[in-house]
Amino acid sequence: MTVSIIRFGGSNCDRDAVRALDALDVDAEIVWHEDGLPADATGVVLPGGFSYGDYLRAGAMAAQSPIMADVRDLAADGVPVLGVCNGAQIGCESKLTPGAFTTNASARFQCEHVNVRVENADTPFTAAYDEGDVLTLPIAHGEGRFEIGAERYDDLVSEDRVLFRYCDEDGELSDDANPNGSTGAVAGVLGERDSVAVLMPHPERATLPELGLTDGQGVLRAFA
Amino acid sequence: MRTFVYLRVFPKESLTTDAHISAMTAYTATVTVRLKHGVLDPEAETTQKALERLGFELGDLRSADRFEIDLEAADSDEAAERAGEMADRLLANPTIHDYDVTVETAE
Repeated sequence: MTVSIIRFGGSNCDRDAVRALDALDVDAEIVWHEDGLPADATGVVLPGGFSYGDYLRAGAMAAQSPIMADVRDLAADGVPVLGVCNGAQIGCESKLTPGAFTTNASARFQCEHVNVRVENADTPFTAAYDEGDVLTLPIAHGEGRFEIGAERYDDLVSEDRVLFRYCDEDGELSDDANPNGSTGAVAGVLGERDSVAVLMPHPERATLPELGLTDGQGVLRAFA
Repeated sequence: MRTFVYLRVFPKESLTTDAHISAMTAYTATVTVRLKHGVLDPEAETTQKALERLGFELGDLRSADRFEIDLEAADSDEAAERAGEMADRLLANPTIHDYDVTVETAE
């Protein structure tokens, strides 16, 4: 019963993920990407960071690592897979999840607290919440603007695969509450199964009570 | 940030026999990767503003990544096909990018 947190060259939120899962009594270990995934992994986290220095595009190089084939196999078996920040970029680059995360509309790295609204509470990552709940989570990214063609965006919405949208503290969508210019204010999406999800905000940085924010705990409870 | 990457790729079969080598030609394939029309390019907008601050007058500015790939192939079509496959698999992200490939005989 161990969750694998995959460390790529340049990952830097891997230990945060271990700490956060540990606080929820979830057994987790860091796995170096070249070592492959343990076959009995009960979950996978693609952590944040700057894998391969964001060369070419954020997440593009890590997406080519052979371990991602293992991740796809486990994901197809229904094992929960969560990509956070750089892990979200890796998830989209490896086609585990739809769309792409690219340069913020501001063209700046943004490190701040944001509000996100739960759009689909019928997933392992959001079962702890109700649809419409507003969570406060940290973001820290330069390439978090969600992009997807108009047609595929309509499919994403009709298939209920938008997990979170950026919103204000009352849960309302607005340009001001969309920190990076994401299409549809999308902050997180689901893959083909609702057990595969990526999001740009950091739930593992909003889990330990001593850090002040705990709204992210519910996301990580997918692995409990 | 614009990226220039130079790759030198030799297919394995070019190393098998001398006769085969003589049938291969050295090409340089240039892959240009651009954001699809309508996809916001904040870096280009920032660059444009900086040029305008310097006093330049310009209508619009677009940015692109260019990859120059040296490779050996039987003919230019094969060289273009292989460079296109590299773009499909890695150099471009089809969600946000278009790309084009041009091939020249290497100097």
